[in-house]
Amino acid sequence: MSLLQIKNLSVEFGSEKNPFRAVEGLDLTVDQGEIVGIVGESGSGKSVTMMAMMGLLEGQGRIVADKLEFDGKDLLTISARARRKIVGKDISMIFQDPMTALNPSFTVGYQIMEVLKLHQGLHGAALKQRALELMEMVEIPAAASRLAAYPHQLSGGMSQRVAIAMAIACNPKLLIADEPTTALDVTIQAQIMELLVSLQQSQNMALILITHDLAVVAEVAQRLAVMYAGQVAEMGKVPDIFRHPAHPYTEALLKSIPEHSKGAHRLSTLPGIVPGQYDRPSGCLLSPRCPYVQQRCRDERPELTPYPQGAVRCHFPLYDKESR
Amino acid sequence: MFAFILRRLGLLLPTFFGITLITFGLIRLIPGDPVEVMVGERTLDPQMHADAMHRLGLDKPLYLQYVDYLGNLASGNLGESLVTKESVWKEFATLFPATLELARMVMLFAAVFGLLAGVIAAIKRGSIFDHGVMGLALTGFSMPIFWWGLILIMFFSVKLGWTPVSGRLDLAFDIAPRTGFMLIDTWLAEAADPEINAGAFKDALMHLILPAIVLGTIPLAVIARMTRSSMLEVLREDYVRTARAKGLSPARVIFIHTLRNALIPVLTVMGLQVGTLMGGAVLTETIFSWPGIGKWLIDAISRRDYPVVQNGILMVATLVILVNFTVDILYGIANPRIRHAK
Ligand SMILES: Nc1ncnc2c1ncn2[C@@H]1O[C@H](COP(=O)(O)OP(=O)(O)OP(=O)(O)O)[C@@H](O)[C@H]1O
Ligand code: SF4
Ligand SMILES: [Mg+2]
Repeated sequence: MSLLQIKNLSVEFGSEKNPFRAVEGLDLTVDQGEIVGIVGESGSGKSVTMMAMMGLLEGQGRIVADKLEFDGKDLLTISARARRKIVGKDISMIFQDPMTALNPSFTVGYQIMEVLKLHQGLHGAALKQRALELMEMVEIPAAASRLAAYPHQLSGGMSQRVAIAMAIACNPKLLIADEPTTALDVTIQAQIMELLVSLQQSQNMALILITHDLAVVAEVAQRLAVMYAGQVAEMGKVPDIFRHPAHPYTEALLKSIPEHSKGAHRLSTLPGIVPGQYDRPSGCLLSPRCPYVQQRCRDERPELTPYPQGAVRCHFPLYDKESR
Repeated sequence: MFAFILRRLGLLLPTFFGITLITFGLIRLIPGDPVEVMVGERTLDPQMHADAMHRLGLDKPLYLQYVDYLGNLASGNLGESLVTKESVWKEFATLFPATLELARMVMLFAAVFGLLAGVIAAIKRGSIFDHGVMGLALTGFSMPIFWWGLILIMFFSVKLGWTPVSGRLDLAFDIAPRTGFMLIDTWLAEAADPEINAGAFKDALMHLILPAIVLGTIPLAVIARMTRSSMLEVLREDYVRTARAKGLSPARVIFIHTLRNALIPVLTVMGLQVGTLMGGAVLTETIFSWPGIGKWLIDAISRRDYPVVQNGILMVATLVILVNFTVDILYGIANPRIRHAK
């Protein structure tokens, strides 16, 4: 059984009368100990999906799904209190901008120890010992003296290490890294990625890696989901997708790698932009930008359809040369 | 931090200088001198007038009077009242506890309810409670103190008879002024002699309530509005999302991770309210015949009691400055980025 199972998840913002679907009919599974990459242009709903799953959109977005299950627990019906016992402990998340992700009023040590106190009931010397251990695990030099540092005294890379230490404090089964390196210097990016992958292996946790960097995905992830405008466009094993993309959007993304290489902040692929709230086409969401577009694409929205190597949301997938 | 304090201290001297100049000048701009005011309607012999002015040292050229004034100040001499002949410092020291007691009650009232209302309004943003609180805050903020005080007196004191109309304590009580704070003094007196002084504390409290509400309305409104907007701003911060992603309880997210940061600007506003408070105290004390600094200054102005006006205002201003100074330091303590600034 998969560690995380999401079936037909939709997230709506705005009023009931005039809703905006940031995520629509999303399916995703993650197995224990695997790395799943999620890529997609800005605004495609990557962060919203993960925040919805963790219950961080309370009071902001309306969430519906056929299934939202983590480690055998139904996250849809679970009480808020019971969810808080899982969130931050078994599922944790690190965010894009480490410089704003830490509370400026509290020391690094306080913020790490807070999680340990809450979820593991540690206190006293054991608490401090564990915090130090975590700081060393994320390779923060002079860890003992840094416990008393405030976030503004740390560099971006150091702050992200602290955020990682906080996230792995309770040995989570699933770590979600939402563009963990986008805000950092290029040299630091590689270090943080390396750290994440080595922690993922040593702690045997599953890792969802949201990124704009396909090169990184190719290097570390086993599976990949490509998102477009709130939907999964294509999903499959990394080697398969990289060799034979089935979705025109994936193909365009892959073509863009050489020009952008490592460190690119935003994917720019096909001419045009991701449709927003008011300009979503009634047919395939990619149809205004797709180089293979045909009349059927404009009329009819494609479903995510499984095929032997994965699943694809396209009327004319690229492996199916005869159909076009 | 140390440099930060020094820098702030350096700004104080010019401020004091400015205040002396303004109080000295303003009181002399009001028509009528102390002698004329004392004599009142009776006709005044010009010779007697000149003699009296000479005795008071008010016949010298203005710049000399000002130099004398500064000289006295520099040697720590605040002069004496032209009317009572009491030292200004002594009068101030006698009356100040009454004002301080009122001000403390007001800040307590305004801070507790202002923070509470602001926090709840921010959490329940867009709810009826939010709109209600913000509507009331806007009304409170623009409430004319004099009118508001009279309305409350008419309703609670005159119509319902719940609270006394004026003063700090019923005349039936004879309480020895030990601390100068009526609440404490009556408490002590009641503890010492429960027979004679029964009900004194409650009476003192009832005297304090209405003035505190009147004077506290504007600070309350300001604090509530500031707390709300500051909370809303901080609630949008990434680190609040981080706190929630840790699985912390909503109470912890709000009161530890959000309020702690939202308080920083609120603290500044509270400090600024102390200045407003002193202005408001003048009106409030006059309405409720509260024997404090505000009423003392008003009386001194109407008598053209120059030394009392000049030095009374100077002391009040000093107080306001010191409070703001303390707030600045607290601000530094609350905000690590300032505390660690070189
Ligand atoms: N709290 C919110 N209220 C309303 N709309 C929101 C909210 N959060 C996100 N959205 C909208 O949902 C859409 C998806 O946003 P999301 O942050 O998931 O994109 P993303 O794929 O993570 O992009 P990026 O690569 O820029 O992080 C966007 O159009 C965004 O404007
Ligand atoms: S359905 Fe049509 S428009 Fe959409 S991706 Fe496939 S080919 Fe392109
Ligand atoms: Mg995002």
